[in-house]
Amino acid sequence: MSAVTANQYSSWRRVLSPTGNTGDAVYRVLMLLIALLMVGIVVTMVWALATESMPSIRQFGFSFLKGRTWDPIRGEFGALPFIYGTVASSVIALLISVPFSLGIAIFLVEQAPYYIARPIGFLVELLAAIPSVVYGLWGIFVLAPFLREYVQPPLARVLGWTPLFRGQITGFGLLTGGIILAIMVTPIISAVVRDVLTAVPSSQREAALALGATKWEMIRVVLVNGAPGIAGAVILGLGRALGETMAVTMLIGNRPEISASLFDPSYTIASAIANEFTEATGDLYLSALVELGLILFLVTFIVNGIARVLVWNVTRKTGGVGRAA
Amino acid sequence: MAYSSSDRIRRATSALMTSLTALCTLLAVSALLIILFYIAWQGVDSISIQFLTDTPRPVGEGGGIGNAILGSLVLLLVSSAIGLPLGICVGIYLSEVGSGRFAGAVRFIVDTLTGIPSIVTGVFVYTILVVPMRHFSALAGGVALALIMIPIVARTTEEMLKLVPHSLREGALALGAPQWRVTMGVVLPAAAPGIATGAMLAIARVSGETAPLLFTAFGSRFFSTSLNEPIASLTVQIYNYAISPYDEWHAQAWAATLVLMTLVLGINIIVRFLTRKRF
Repeated sequence: MSAVTANQYSSWRRVLSPTGNTGDAVYRVLMLLIALLMVGIVVTMVWALATESMPSIRQFGFSFLKGRTWDPIRGEFGALPFIYGTVASSVIALLISVPFSLGIAIFLVEQAPYYIARPIGFLVELLAAIPSVVYGLWGIFVLAPFLREYVQPPLARVLGWTPLFRGQITGFGLLTGGIILAIMVTPIISAVVRDVLTAVPSSQREAALALGATKWEMIRVVLVNGAPGIAGAVILGLGRALGETMAVTMLIGNRPEISASLFDPSYTIASAIANEFTEATGDLYLSALVELGLILFLVTFIVNGIARVLVWNVTRKTGGVGRAA
Repeated sequence: MAYSSSDRIRRATSALMTSLTALCTLLAVSALLIILFYIAWQGVDSISIQFLTDTPRPVGEGGGIGNAILGSLVLLLVSSAIGLPLGICVGIYLSEVGSGRFAGAVRFIVDTLTGIPSIVTGVFVYTILVVPMRHFSALAGGVALALIMIPIVARTTEEMLKLVPHSLREGALALGAPQWRVTMGVVLPAAAPGIATGAMLAIARVSGETAPLLFTAFGSRFFSTSLNEPIASLTVQIYNYAISPYDEWHAQAWAATLVLMTLVLGINIIVRFLTRKRF
C-alpha cells in the first residue's frame, strides 16, 4: 500500500519536475502559480468591471452607446459624446503624429550615421518618459495660449467656412487635446517603426539601389516591405491615445457635447472617469462610469491585440525583437 | 554625365524627402528641449528648502510639497515591493519554466496588462480595494502602480534571461544542479544588470502616473506614511495645482514638476549611461 502511494507521489512529482528534484517541484509550482495569478488578475479585472457596470447595463442596454445626453442629475447616461471625443481626439493625434513618426524612424534607421542616430533616438524616446500630467501642465500654460494667439485665429480666417474651424477660440478643445496626444504618441510609434524598418532585410535596400533607385525610392521599397508592421505601430499608437488620461483631461475642455468644430470643448471616456469618479453620487452614476471604463478596456484590448499581431509578424520573420511593442 | 529632366526630378524629390525626415526629427527633439527648458525656467524660482519640506498651505501662505515627496516615495516603495518580485517571477516563468500554449497565453495576458489604460487600472483597484475598505489608502495606490509595473518588469526580465547563453544553463545542469539552483544561482545573476535596468525604468514610469492614483491613493494635505490612509503624491499635487485658478499654486505646480522630472529623467539617463555598452 505504502509503495503504491510512494510511486504515485513520485509520478506526480515527475510531472512537476522532470528531474525528480523536490526543490524543482516547489520552484516550478511557485512560478506557475504566479503566472496563474497574472491570468487571475486580468480575469478578475474583466469580472469586476462587468459586475460594477451591471446596474447601468441593465438600465440602458445598448442605448448607453447611442445616448447623447449625459445628465447625472436627471439620471440620464449616454456615452456617445465621450466615445466621439475619444475617437476624434485620437484620430487628430494620429493624423499629426504618423507622418512625423515615419519621418523620425526613416531618418534614424536609413540616414543618420550610428553616432547621430543613437543619441537622437534616445532624446526622442525621452519624450515618452515625460509623465502625462507634465504634458498637461505644459499644455495649459504654453500650448493652449500659443494655439489661441497664433494658430487658431489664422485657421478660422482661412478655413472658417468649413464646419471644422468655427466657434469660440479659447485654446482649449478637441484640437488642443489632439495635438498634445500627437506629441505623446509620436515617440511610441516612431520607436516601433524603427524596429520594423531595422527588421527589413538589407538585401532589399541593396537591390533597389543596384537598380538605380534614388535614396528616397529605396526608402519607399523599405516602407512597402515593412507596411504591415508600420500599420501595427500606428494601431499601437492609437491604443495609447485612446486610453491617455491626464493631459487630455487638462486640455480638451471637458464638456460632453458633440460638435463638428475642432475648436469646441469635448470630453473623452478617460477624462470623464478621471473627473467624475470621486464625485459620483448614486450607484447608477458610478455604474455608468465603470461601464465607460469597461468599454475603454475592451476597445484598447482589441486594438492592442491587432497591433501586436501585425508588429510581431514582421519583426519575427527577420529575427528582430520588437522591443517597443 | 548628363541627367535627363526626369532624373533631375527624381533626385530633387529624393533630396527633398530625405531632408523632410531630418526636419521631423529636429522638430521632435526641439519639442523635448522646449518642454524641458520651460519646466526648468518656470520651476526653479519656487524651489527652496522650505518648499521641499513643508506641507501645502492655503493660497498666499506659501507651503510646500514635502508630504507629496514623502507620499510618492511611500507609493513607489509599496508598488516596488509588490510589483518587482512578481514581475521578475513572471519573467522567470516565461523564460525558464513555461512552454507551449499556456506560456503563450501568459505572455499574451502580460502584454494585455501593458496595454490597459492606467485609468482603468485605477477603476479596477477602486472596486477591489477601496470599496471593501471603505476609504482611499496608500495601499490601494501602491497596488494600482504595482499592476502597471508587473508587465514591464516581466517582459524585460524575460528578454534579459533569454539573452543568457544556453551553455551556461547546460554547464550548471551537467554539474548536477537542479533547475531551481540553475535559475537562482547562475541564470538570474548573469541577467541581473539587465533586470535591474528594467526595474528602474518601471519605477521611472510609475513615478509619473497620476490617473490610477486619483481614486486609490486620492491625496492628502498632511505628512503620512500609513498604508491605511489616503496619501499625497507629487503627480496628483501637480494636477490639483495646475487646474486651480491661483497663480501661486501654478508656480508651485511648475516647481513640483521640476522635482518630478529630475527624478524621472534622472533614472532614464542613469539607466542609459549604465547600459550604453550593451545595447
